[in-house]
Amino acid sequence: MPYFEHDADVGVVGRGATLEEAFVSGAQAVFALMTHLESIQPRERVQVQFEEADPELAFVTWINQLLGHAHENGLVLGKFELARDGERWRGSAWGEPWRAEMERGVDVKGATLTMLSVAQRDGGWEARCVVDV
Amino acid sequence: MDLTRLSEVDPWSWTVPKLPGESRHEVKLYGSRELLQTMDDKVLEQITNVARLPGLVGAAMTMPDAHWGYGFPIGGVAAFDAERGGIISAGGVGFDISCGIRCLRTDLTLADIMPRLKLLADGLYRDIPAGVGEGGHIRLDVPALDRVLAGGAAWAVEQGYGETADLEFVEEHGRAAGAVPGEVSALAKKRQLGEMGTLGSGNHYLEVQWVERILDQEAACAFGLFEGQILVSIHCGSRGLGHQIGTEYLVSLAKAAGRLGITLPDRELACAPINSDEGQAYIGAMNAATNCALANRQILAQLTRRVFAHQFPNRRLETLFDVSHNTCKAEWHMVESKRRLLHVHRKGATRAFGPGHPELPGRYREAGQPVIIGGSMGTGSYILAGTTASEARAFSSASHGAGRAMSRHAALKRWQGRELLKDLETRGVLVRTRSMRGAAEEAPGAYKDVERVAEATERAGLARRVAVLRPKVCVKG
Repeated sequence: MPYFEHDADVGVVGRGATLEEAFVSGAQAVFALMTHLESIQPRERVQVQFEEADPELAFVTWINQLLGHAHENGLVLGKFELARDGERWRGSAWGEPWRAEMERGVDVKGATLTMLSVAQRDGGWEARCVVDV
Repeated sequence: MDLTRLSEVDPWSWTVPKLPGESRHEVKLYGSRELLQTMDDKVLEQITNVARLPGLVGAAMTMPDAHWGYGFPIGGVAAFDAERGGIISAGGVGFDISCGIRCLRTDLTLADIMPRLKLLADGLYRDIPAGVGEGGHIRLDVPALDRVLAGGAAWAVEQGYGETADLEFVEEHGRAAGAVPGEVSALAKKRQLGEMGTLGSGNHYLEVQWVERILDQEAACAFGLFEGQILVSIHCGSRGLGHQIGTEYLVSLAKAAGRLGITLPDRELACAPINSDEGQAYIGAMNAATNCALANRQILAQLTRRVFAHQFPNRRLETLFDVSHNTCKAEWHMVESKRRLLHVHRKGATRAFGPGHPELPGRYREAGQPVIIGGSMGTGSYILAGTTASEARAFSSASHGAGRAMSRHAALKRWQGRELLKDLETRGVLVRTRSMRGAAEEAPGAYKDVERVAEATERAGLARRVAVLRPKVCVKG
């Protein structure tokens, strides 16, 4: 399970061979709290770009920009890509508007700095933080 | 929580003696031994970190419902003096800026609503947008949203949502001063364009309650309460806009702290001096989010009235009070016999002005401010009144809810949403929700005992109990 415990909210964990893959995995963990990822059709695309030298703050910014754009457009997202060029991050996500028959989990409102860490572990990368639900 | 580090002042308040060489302000924890034992050690760690922030006045405090938060504990109270380098902290306000409770009192009784309870529950579920993925019926453009951010609940009344009489019973008459919509990012505004008049999810709810017991007849009379009466409580906040502001300023203030000469004991305590450009920018955005929350609850109150009017024509739903519990407010307080303007952070704590406070509506001036402690969906809630003693004890602050007793993950392991809802229905509580996962996470057993929290709040001198409420209908996000 890509999650860890927090009293009021939920901790998410993303793991991957690269930093970018770990961030994508973290985004999947976030949106899987809202509905089943496999039920989401990649009908619409949102794009994210930002500059951030600190990998931990980059993880929080990545998640928060995805959530911001998803809420702005009434979308639920299920597929993610992310590329990095030094401090510049550029990503895409695909999803669709909420459908009545979709399973409703909990809304994730934002990523926090609580228990935030981005580190190399077991030959890969791991990104984690608590998200506010 | 490990109590061996604490020193008991009396059975309802505790301090934390400083370690040799430790430099910080005093820490005070309110609550019984039993309540404190159920708290995570992180609560102690977090409030001790708050006591190290610059410009703190008096103690850093936790209320009896405290639990582990982000930087600040939820249930944390801390006051800062701008003239002595005091800070404003985004973490000290929380992500759901100005989350709070609007309480409506009706002239209906339990006997009146019971024959139509199911119809009422279904009507509220149909007409109150709630839960993940549920947009509102109102769609604004950015200039209109800017008017919301400047106007608060008064804007909503101007648009036909409610009555001018409501505003007297909303903090700051429904409009926070000092809002600067220009300090709110474009993304934060875009998130909110379709979210006005929505309840949200997580621990937010709309609950139809009945007054089971009056404990303070005089205050109940001032608040217009009687046994058997139906009330409605709406718990929600500034929705996507508040969260976006919170997360954006948390990152920007964390990055600015070093430049501003602040050493953060925890990065999540990101803050800036009140008298700095960064601090003023956050205050402007925070007050704009407060107005968003006040407008949102005003709209939801009016949507609720329409549902009630359909089932119970010609009955009254008046605003008893609207109080936020994720805030930082500039307030005058007496400190060592001197009147000082302080920025009081209440993260998961309710303002609780005592009798005679000039900001209270005339109707409540003698009784004190109504304080609402929201419980879980299967147990109950309390209405209390602010006390004179709370001014000296906690800058006029009190508990805001039952407080979680276990994590969401632990609750999911223990309860199934559908079975829980069936069980509550057999106990006479109709719950309406689109999320079975959300229902399980919000199971009554996942929260502390609200009776003990309310008792501790009174015994600690923070507020006095006035009425016990029991739920009949709960719409959950």
